[in-house]
Amino acid sequence: MGKEDRRMNVFMLSLVMIFISIAIAMIRILLGPTIPDRVVGLDTINTLVIAGMILFGVATEDVIYIDVAIVYALLSYITTLFIAKYLEGGKI
Amino acid sequence: MIWEIIYILLAIGIIFNLLASIGLIRFPDVYTRLHAGTKCTTFGSIFICLAAIVYGLWKWYNGYASMIIISIHSFFALIAILLTNPTGAHAIARAAHKSGVKPKKAVVDDLEEKNEHV
Repeated sequence: MGKEDRRMNVFMLSLVMIFISIAIAMIRILLGPTIPDRVVGLDTINTLVIAGMILFGVATEDVIYIDVAIVYALLSYITTLFIAKYLEGGKI
Repeated sequence: MIWEIIYILLAIGIIFNLLASIGLIRFPDVYTRLHAGTKCTTFGSIFICLAAIVYGLWKWYNGYASMIIISIHSFFALIAILLTNPTGAHAIARAAHKSGVKPKKAVVDDLEEKNEHV
């Protein structure tokens, strides 16, 4: 039982630190001067959310969160490419 | 022994993710912020995925046969992060330069000169 508590504690503590990191990165989205600044903050938050999903899937020993993390990675990549295409001024 | 390895991997990953956020706040420019925010999160997420892989392999070695799925799927998530994250950063930097955002304290801008000559 002690080992189980230890496992939950270390992965959940890592998840809390990831949340703090997301909260710091969200300040850049709120006060970024230009639009590419906000896009950079959004891209950083996407990668942090993927890491958080993996940590939560390991902490609860549920594989479905890691599958969701894979799909989220590919979808956020497509979103980033479309926003970049829009910023260049091309037709989507 | 195995828990110390997992602690070290998680510590490296979390420290680099926090450094990414702090660099995103503190740097003066779009391109330097992109450098901090993308490279550090890629490196940190690699180590967090490695911690998940080591944990799944350890559980599998101790008799929980279904826990190998955590390792395999974390490995695929690692491959997805490694392929998509630098490509997206390159696209954002190119789009930012084409949309008119200049580097703040740069002396030499090769992309600008190339666009002028062509």
